[in-house]
Amino acid sequence: MTPNPLLPDLTARAIAAAHSRTSACPCGATVTLAERPDATVVRHADTVAKAHAPDLTPADLAPRLLTATRLPELLLPPLTPIPVELHGRLVSLWPYGAPVDPEDPDAAPWEAAADLLAHLHRTPAPAPLPPMRGPVRAALSISRLCAATAGGPATDAVLRAWATLPAWARAEAPQPDTATLCHGDLHLGQLVRYPAPDGPWRLIDVDDLGVGVPAWDLGRPAAWFACGLLPPDEWHRFLTAYRAAGGPAVPADGDPWPALDVAARALTVQTAARAITKAEAEGRPLDEVEQALVDASDRMASFPPELVHEEAK
Amino acid sequence: MQCPKCHAPMHTYNRNGVQIEQCSGCRGIFLDYGELEALTRLESQYAQPAPPPPAAPQAYPAPQAPAWGAPHGGHHGGHYGHKRHKSFGHMLFSS
Repeated sequence: MTPNPLLPDLTARAIAAAHSRTSACPCGATVTLAERPDATVVRHADTVAKAHAPDLTPADLAPRLLTATRLPELLLPPLTPIPVELHGRLVSLWPYGAPVDPEDPDAAPWEAAADLLAHLHRTPAPAPLPPMRGPVRAALSISRLCAATAGGPATDAVLRAWATLPAWARAEAPQPDTATLCHGDLHLGQLVRYPAPDGPWRLIDVDDLGVGVPAWDLGRPAAWFACGLLPPDEWHRFLTAYRAAGGPAVPADGDPWPALDVAARALTVQTAARAITKAEAEGRPLDEVEQALVDASDRMASFPPELVHEEAK
Repeated sequence: MQCPKCHAPMHTYNRNGVQIEQCSGCRGIFLDYGELEALTRLESQYAQPAPPPPAAPQAYPAPQAPAWGAPHGGHHGGHYGHKRHKSFGHMLFSS
């Protein structure tokens, strides 16, 4: 079998780009930051090269890179807004930013994340953009689950919860908001300090960025809180900072859940679907955290989203 | 810890060996499981004969949450403990 030439060639690109930025590169090892089916990311010194998902076209990626170039106070700007092609994959080049320490999630910058999202949601899209890809990702997690499992109570619960969602949240209809700039895949791995190590926080990964329903970007923390995983004080820090910055996804005060419910459901279901798929592939039962997502999915079928809206009125 | 009602910081006080969290903003008091009983017990030791029980300090409702949320949300319960679950730590950083 021929080894995949993508990684060494991507590494060569990162080294060349790093050396073109400085004549005094300390030239340590090149580190592979991620190697997944949808992305390969390598770092050499202060330069990062990312090979995007195989199905991503220049028409998908170019306006997103342009957006990051034009909003450097919110999004990490790429070194060049035009992607290059390498072994059939689009490659973009970035400056290195320091991520949140995965060993210390208690240091999570919830306020900074909320503030960046609120400002992103208030900023008119600086270039014509495709729809935010969150619902497409959610639908993908469901189709992967269906392909990977023969069924069972956990899968049944997730599929029932999926059925409670409106068509737009399942990527079966356009989103009801086609103007608001959204990140599309927020989690703690999407924040870096730039310049490293102690510059201001910036959002990274524009692959799912687009126009759509901004509540989607609050959906993961909302889902984690609703499932009893994220402590209430951390959720409140995030929500309060988002509101303080004038974020439009939720009303300025009062109950935020009518606005958050669909996104929180969708991201609970997506995360549960991925957890079941992963656990089946590893031949192990769900752990306590994964089971909490399935249990929440199970309860969703008893509380249709419309009912939640009516209760809040 | 932040007040679930007004989000101001809460401070911990010790009253006769009972830990009490009081909000620095609205002055509301948060009692953990069993603490109200402990306070009532202490008070009955001071006052003989026992006066009518004091009005129970108002416990705050759990933070607003969806109807399908975890039943044990709020101050205690849920899956977060003193130490974050490793699986959730990974989830925080995953697409």
